[in-house]
Amino acid sequence: MSIAAKFEIEYLQYLDAEGNQVRDDLPAFTQDLEYMVKLYKLMMSTRVFDAKSIALQRTGKLGTYASCLGHEAAHVGIGSAMKPEDVFAPSYREYGAQLYRGVQPREVYMYWGGDERGNDYQNEPARHDFAWSVPIATQCLHAAGSALAFKIRGEKRVAVCTIGDGGSSKGDFYGAINIAGAQQLPMVAVIVNNQWAISVPRKIQSGAPTLAQKGIAAGLYSIQVDGNDIIAVRKAMEDALERARNGEGGSVIEAVTYRLGDHTTADDARRYRGEDEVKEGWSKEPMKRLRNWLVAKGVWDDAKEEAWKAECDEWMDSEVNAYLETKTQPVTAMFDYTYAEIPADLEKQRELALALEKKAH
Amino acid sequence: MAQITLIEAVTQALAYEMAHDDSVVVLGEDVGVNGGVFRATQGLQQKFGELRVLDTPLDETTIAGVTVGLAVQGMKPVAEAQFEGFIYPMMEQIACHAARMRNRTRGRLTVPAVWRAPWGGGIHAPEHHSEANEHLFTNIPGLRVVMPSSPARAYGLLLAAIRDPDPVMFFEPKRIYRQYKEEVPDDGEALPLDVCFVLRDGTDVTLVTWGAPVKECLEAADALAEQGISAEVIDVATLTPLDFDTIAESVSKTGRCVIVHEAPKTAGFGAEIAARVAEECLYDLLAPVERVAGYDIHTPLYRLEMKQLPSTSRIVEAARRALAAS
Repeated sequence: MSIAAKFEIEYLQYLDAEGNQVRDDLPAFTQDLEYMVKLYKLMMSTRVFDAKSIALQRTGKLGTYASCLGHEAAHVGIGSAMKPEDVFAPSYREYGAQLYRGVQPREVYMYWGGDERGNDYQNEPARHDFAWSVPIATQCLHAAGSALAFKIRGEKRVAVCTIGDGGSSKGDFYGAINIAGAQQLPMVAVIVNNQWAISVPRKIQSGAPTLAQKGIAAGLYSIQVDGNDIIAVRKAMEDALERARNGEGGSVIEAVTYRLGDHTTADDARRYRGEDEVKEGWSKEPMKRLRNWLVAKGVWDDAKEEAWKAECDEWMDSEVNAYLETKTQPVTAMFDYTYAEIPADLEKQRELALALEKKAH
Repeated sequence: MAQITLIEAVTQALAYEMAHDDSVVVLGEDVGVNGGVFRATQGLQQKFGELRVLDTPLDETTIAGVTVGLAVQGMKPVAEAQFEGFIYPMMEQIACHAARMRNRTRGRLTVPAVWRAPWGGGIHAPEHHSEANEHLFTNIPGLRVVMPSSPARAYGLLLAAIRDPDPVMFFEPKRIYRQYKEEVPDDGEALPLDVCFVLRDGTDVTLVTWGAPVKECLEAADALAEQGISAEVIDVATLTPLDFDTIAESVSKTGRCVIVHEAPKTAGFGAEIAARVAEECLYDLLAPVERVAGYDIHTPLYRLEMKQLPSTSRIVEAARRALAAS
């Protein structure tokens, strides 16, 4: 028998669910314990942010919200490995990575609270990132196009996109990794495989044993990592970004995690999945293992945990206040960003809306 | 000065802008070595290299989405849909991202991109190669829908489309790609978007059209002139945002309006113009508005396709009906 092609998918994990090291060759960045604490703190602030968002929604102060509970390691792992000059094209739900890149919680609240200004990220480097895409996987092609722009201009930058397990079924994802492979684009696609696309489980999305291997078909480096182990996520990202930056081509990283919450606040996951599965998901959640590891290293303890939690609460409270104090945009804002310059016809409609507004007051 | 066809004017505009602006790139299927199936990008890859004239994988969704990404990063991509009948997979990227990027980021990110597509019937092409579907784009806010109808307007409007800070659909009537030549100076002078062009002055009836049927409307105007009827011919050129003022001024003057387009009649863009005439010019009308459009059918395969297109005689008859009504 002659074989035309052969492949294998590496699975990368450094910390098990309890925080025990399962291999000795920890990546260099883990030696900087202060940095590891920083990563843990950001995972925690992401979780506090998420809880605050859900509370806001439940009390009628926010529209539909997509929770990121359980994704903290994947998100912070992605965001922390990227350089400021790189570009992020996220799906909704990737708050941990976005907060790392300077998106303010108040901006996320504004978007889900019905105000487009939430997408007008004020802080760099988020300011040059994409706002998340709502139509599934469409952002993958924006990353591919961005990567193509970097290649054309000879810039050492990388475009990173994230999609879910469901998103990896879409043509946009395949199209993006396909052109990334064909053109050796500096692009990294991270499949945050949280096992559920609303009510549809991973096994219905694909017959492939891993989602990472879809990258093999496109000619990309492909790896599956424990998406709840931030060391594994960050290491895979670091390698993928370096290869891409050096012109050695793009990557697909499948970060295996679990969606501990509902799809959104409009969803009730109890309709389609059992409690045992969720319990199993909680037993592998990402915070505990890093906390245990940091505690074992002597750089984290309950007092620090409490203090940081209090700081996060304070931060989120001030963000919530800033959000709640944000006045609704004037009605003219609906018109003003449709084109660079408002066309004469649209200007008439704008004046009509403005006149109606004045009449109503 | 050389006389050139409409398709050569497209090539000339692309070459001019690529030579003067490094951020302009062309991408699509067969646009590279082959120079496009209609030769619109002939010679560009040799001149500007494989990266700036990029043959993409054969996937319209990829072309459209990559175009959005390029544009957001400050490039000015000109994407080619090989035929308008293959543009449907591109629509999600165009409607959900290109056209609304500026709005949904409150001006932070923008998409200064052009999607070119050979458009319309009349060249004996296979199925899905002869559609008139511009009206599917005219209802998308944030987008410009532009259609040239002469070599000079192809050159000037394509330059304007590439320089425009917002996304533009640029539909090229393939039936008149090589219909005639005219002098088009390669001077980089753009024509204005968002305005109609009055191609012929008249006093009795206004013929409003765009794209390939401009030819039949001009022929109809000639035929009507022989019968003592003076027809004004307006090439809408930019469908959206619509310059209705030019149409209103003409219709108010002539009192009669015949709208001519290839696309199926019902909910075609002619319906919008007719509605606007009713809203804004009703009391100046001397006769009901006439529409000479494609029938509400799928574009027939080539043996019958000319029956679907607005013919000169149909336009003349519609104008005469309008004249007879008052």
